[in-house]
Amino acid sequence: MDAPRLPPPAARVTIRELFTQFLVVGMSGFGGVLPFARRMVVERCGWLSEQEFTEVLSLAQFLPGPNIVNVAIIIGRRFQGPVGAMAAAAGLLLLPLVVVLLLATAYVRFAQIDAVRGAADGVSAAASGLVLAMGFRMARTIARSRWQPVVCAVAFVAIGIARFPLLWVLAALVPLAVAIAWWRRA
Amino acid sequence: MISSPLVELAGEFLGLSLLSIGGANAIIPELQLRAVHTLHWMTAADFAQLFALSQAAPGPNVLIVALVGWKVAGVTGAIVAMVAMCGPTSALTYWFTQVWDRFRDAPLRVAIQHGLAPVTVGLILSSGYVLTRTTDHSVPAYAVTGLTVLLVLTTRWHPLWMLAAAAGLGALGLL
Repeated sequence: MDAPRLPPPAARVTIRELFTQFLVVGMSGFGGVLPFARRMVVERCGWLSEQEFTEVLSLAQFLPGPNIVNVAIIIGRRFQGPVGAMAAAAGLLLLPLVVVLLLATAYVRFAQIDAVRGAADGVSAAASGLVLAMGFRMARTIARSRWQPVVCAVAFVAIGIARFPLLWVLAALVPLAVAIAWWRRA
Repeated sequence: MISSPLVELAGEFLGLSLLSIGGANAIIPELQLRAVHTLHWMTAADFAQLFALSQAAPGPNVLIVALVGWKVAGVTGAIVAMVAMCGPTSALTYWFTQVWDRFRDAPLRVAIQHGLAPVTVGLILSSGYVLTRTTDHSVPAYAVTGLTVLLVLTTRWHPLWMLAAAAGLGALGLL
């Protein structure tokens, strides 16, 4: 379908940039940082195209481990090898870890206050919306295909609605989807 | 068998990390089951509170893992849980990507990528749907979620504004 691209990326990204940009992503993402990572990598910094980011995310999701950490590892490695991977992952995780532990300590003390609990509920509701919106955006990259929207819908119904165990759904759906992609290549 | 809480944490999260194909949100039900019912680390209410906190705090969803570790064994527990959850899988991802890149233009790789993309989108939409069902308990809360989706798709406003506005509405007791 698409022309093969060469491994060396167009953008030059330093170790310092990897650390600081992922630090910003980690600190601005509430209730999940993937939408913020996509925004940073594709829109703000232009490190990857929309499709390249979807490819990275697909890989990160298919491999075990937290998706966003895998995304940081893959992007860090792509631009700066092992040090880049560590810099991106450290930038992403260290400060949020400190903040969340401080918050947890404080929350234990103030959870009785209705306003505190209400604010947390509000953030959760909006954060769910951010995840949904990211899904809709990414859906555009597969919308032009005939079969990909069908696979997407099946995955959604199986996992989101029917709540089948993830491992079984992936074990059934991924080989099938790859087989379809293989038959329809060229 | 050593029964130190730290060893237990490391073992549990190492196992969970290998199951977490599809991300941190995908293991939440399994994590809840183990932490509350199997290992009796905490009550269901405790877990729900930690989950809400991980949603409301800045940072990746995987921080729920740090909070569970913290609840079990303090700051050391948080660090042990995070290292067990992220360390081995990061090494695996690094290694795998290196191999993957060598076959960058192989037809099978392209097919795998085209096959995985729609599954990925389906999983993200599922996460959003399941999170919405878990977090929204009132019509105004669903309205906030829906409005957020709309604003993200139709404007270029920074998402932090939407989160701040939602926090404000919640603090005023409107949700």
